[in-house]
Amino acid sequence: MIPAKFDYKKVSSISEALELLAKHGDDAKLLAGGHSLIPAMKLRLNQPEILIDISQIAGMNTIKMDGDEIVIGANCTHHQILTSDVVKQNAKMLTEVAKMIGDIQVRNRGTIGGSLAHSDPSADWPASVLAADAKIEVEGKSGERTIAATDFFQGIFTTALEDDEIITAIRFPKIADGNYQKFFQSASRFAIAGVAVIKFGGKVRVGVTGVSDTPYRASAVEAAYDGTSSAAALAVDGVEVMSDHFAGEEYRSHLAKVLVKKALES
Amino acid sequence: MQITITVNGKPHTHEVEPRTSLALFLRETLDLTGTHIGCDTSSCGACTVHLDGAAVKSCTLLAVQADGLKVTTIEGMANGNEMHPIQAAFKEHHGLQCGFCTPGMVMTAANILKENPAPSEDEIRHGLEGNFCRCTGYHNIVKSIQHAAGTLNA
Repeated sequence: MIPAKFDYKKVSSISEALELLAKHGDDAKLLAGGHSLIPAMKLRLNQPEILIDISQIAGMNTIKMDGDEIVIGANCTHHQILTSDVVKQNAKMLTEVAKMIGDIQVRNRGTIGGSLAHSDPSADWPASVLAADAKIEVEGKSGERTIAATDFFQGIFTTALEDDEIITAIRFPKIADGNYQKFFQSASRFAIAGVAVIKFGGKVRVGVTGVSDTPYRASAVEAAYDGTSSAAALAVDGVEVMSDHFAGEEYRSHLAKVLVKKALES
Repeated sequence: MQITITVNGKPHTHEVEPRTSLALFLRETLDLTGTHIGCDTSSCGACTVHLDGAAVKSCTLLAVQADGLKVTTIEGMANGNEMHPIQAAFKEHHGLQCGFCTPGMVMTAANILKENPAPSEDEIRHGLEGNFCRCTGYHNIVKSIQHAAGTLNA
């Protein structure tokens, strides 16, 4: 399979990328690891006229602490996150999440920024980004802004990112007590259901991916949490559950509840 | 556009269309047909090569993305007529049946052993998550990689 024709430009700075984005608008797509975009282009689901390769922009592939926050550059690969000591020491849960994404080859190329921007409803990162209440840093023609995780995911393949904006980094708080539970789609290794739970001061935040067409915070579970796992029964409360040939609505709902229970008990 | 990729230690400069995958570039431009194309959508791993030392699926990488970088293919693993220890282990322990997935398996095995020189059986099986063997010959593939680890560590 060969994608439709396109132009390709490798940029070395964010401003260069923003200029090209402004110039080409909808006809342009940003290319980082390409592990969602290139297959979509081969299947002709996406036919951009120009690819702007942002993978070589300096400073966008580092992981560092800023005060109490872990700042992960948007171009960091899943493998970089998996092997980062900074992540391991301050948010070991994210190390575990990275380990469960795709396979070795996919982790070597796929990036966290690309995953969030693409916003596949079955992607792994959104659950943890939501549970951690992480902040997504973006830069556009009109300047920089920070988007709260809860505002970021808006629908299937749809985010709060404007057409002329680039994700530059993801800012996570330290995570002392958190875990991610996942039921794998066995060929693609995407999440048929994925649940991230972070516990703090007797409360929990719960992020769910793979279950609805938009990843969500399970607020009913959070509100009813009493230190036990009984609130897991509310995992899909108020949520429209996806149904496909991998898992029907009833089965997927069941998986969500089981995984929330496991995560609350871990 | 013009790109230069160092493949198996030798720089190659060619004019390519941006939409050419690295897998097609290796097979059709450089005639290195050891890299196989299976699913062509980054699931099966038959097209696995090393990009700057890391295993990647060359069907999901544009040749232009590899411009200026180093690629190792299955053809670059042996030392002249002497097979790489992983290749030798696959031969010795019958780690292949039809052979279609084998180049990808060997390249991924090298990545597994680079990061974890003494993996457990479980770690090898997890490491091979992105490589499919449709003959379902995983048992001997795992055995081959275990033996290769022993040889490489000896």
